[in-house]
Amino acid sequence: MLNVENLGIGFSRYTGLLRQEEMTRLSGVSFDLCEGEVLAVIGGSGAGKSLLAHALLGLLPPNATLRGTMSFRGRSMTPYPASLRGRRIALMAQQVSHLDPLARLGAQTRWAARRTGAAKVPDLQTLGLGPETCRLYPGQLSGGMARRALFALAGVGQPDLLIADEPTAGLDPENRDRLLALLQAHAHRGGAVILITHDLMPALPVADRVMILDEGHMCGFESSRDFKGDGMALTSPYAHALWRALPENAFLTDA
Amino acid sequence: MLEARSVTIGVARRDLFRDLSLRLAPGKIMGLCGPSGSGKTTLGRVLAGLHPHRAGQILLDGLPIPRKGAHPVQYLAQAPLATMNPRWRVARVLAEAGCPEPDLVAAMSIDPDWLERFPHELSGGQLQRVSILRALTVRPRYLIADEITAPLDPISQARIWKALTDLAASHGIGILAISHDAALLGRIVTSGIEAIGARPA
Repeated sequence: MLNVENLGIGFSRYTGLLRQEEMTRLSGVSFDLCEGEVLAVIGGSGAGKSLLAHALLGLLPPNATLRGTMSFRGRSMTPYPASLRGRRIALMAQQVSHLDPLARLGAQTRWAARRTGAAKVPDLQTLGLGPETCRLYPGQLSGGMARRALFALAGVGQPDLLIADEPTAGLDPENRDRLLALLQAHAHRGGAVILITHDLMPALPVADRVMILDEGHMCGFESSRDFKGDGMALTSPYAHALWRALPENAFLTDA
Repeated sequence: MLEARSVTIGVARRDLFRDLSLRLAPGKIMGLCGPSGSGKTTLGRVLAGLHPHRAGQILLDGLPIPRKGAHPVQYLAQAPLATMNPRWRVARVLAEAGCPEPDLVAAMSIDPDWLERFPHELSGGQLQRVSILRALTVRPRYLIADEITAPLDPISQARIWKALTDLAASHGIGILAISHDAALLGRIVTSGIEAIGARPA
C-alpha cells in the first residue's frame, strides 16, 4: 500500500542575516506497509515521529526539504496529490485542540463527512459515545471520549491508511486498551495503521512490526513478538537497550 | 520532614481534597498515583508553594515555609519547555537559579555544548536534565517530580531516575514522584506509594 524509500527531512534556518544552514531532523527511513498491518513507530520526544506523520500527509512547513521517495499504491507522493489527505490517508490527531472549540461534536462530524465526500455521517454510538455526546463541545469531552471522537473523525472518509499520533498519551489503561483495539480493528478490516507512540509496552499486543526511531535515525525494524524475556531475539542493539531499560524489565541505563 | 497537615485543596469552586495529610522524609522517594483529574498535579504545586491551599498547613520540619528566598520544595514539570523562556539560551536559563555546582552538572550529565542552544533545540530528555539541574542549583530540600519522564523513551527515563535516586541518597533530598506508571514507581520508591482517590462528586 505504502512504500517509503530512504526518506530524509531537513530544515533550513538562518544563522545570521543572510546565512542559512540546514539541519537534518530525520534520515534513512525506508519501509513498506501492506493491507491489514499495524506498524508501531516508537521513539522518545524529538525522535522525529510526528515529522514522519506530517511528511506522509504532505503537511511539512515551507522551510523543510524532503529527500527520498514516497509512493502510495504505486503512485508517487511528490508533489503531494490532494486526493490522498483525509480521504485515502487520514490522521488521528493527538489532542482535541485540533478541533473547532466553538462547534458541537455533531456538527464537526457532519462537516468532516461533507469535506471528504462521504455518503454517511459516522455513527458515534458504535464507539460507545451516546447521542448526548453530539451536543457537547470539544472542551467538555473527557480524555477517553475525546480520543474516540478523534478516531471517528479520522475514519469518516474510510481511509486506507490511518496514522494515529500518540493516540494513547495521558489515557488510563482501560481507555488506552479500548482505543488500541479500535485501531487494530481498522487493520483487520483491510486497512493499515501507523501507530506513533513513545509507550512501547501497550503497543506490542496490537502491532505487527515495530520501527524504532532514535533522534531522527531509523534503528531498524523488530517483530513485536521478539520483545520478550531478556530481549535476545531483538536484532538492533538500540532496541535491546530500550527493552532492558523498561522498569518492567531490568531498568538498566548502560546503553 | 515535609508535611501536609489536613490540607484542603481546590481549584475554582471545587474542592479536590479535604483533610489530606502526607509526610515525606528527607532522602526518601515517595510515589503518588491516582486517576487523571484526581488532583495529583495540584497537590504537587501546593507542596511547592505554587498554588494556595484553602485550609490546613504545609510544614517543613514542623515550621511554616519561609516566604523569603528560594522555595525549599522545587516543582519539576512534565513539559520543561513550558517553564523556560523560549528566547533565552540554556546558559541563561540555568543562570537564573545561580551558578550550578560542578558535581551536580556531572551527575545530570549536562554537555557544555547545550549551553549555547535554545531550549527547543534540545531533546526532551536533555531538557528535563537541564530543568532538574536548575531546580537543584537553589539547594532544595525536596523535589516534586510530576510525571517528569512520561513523554521520554525508556533509556532516558532510566538514566534520569538513576541520577535522581543517587542524589536522594547522597544529598538527603526527599522526592515525591507523581506517575501513572506502577512499574516505574515500583522501581524507584523507598517510602511507599500514596494513592489519591477518584474525583469527588
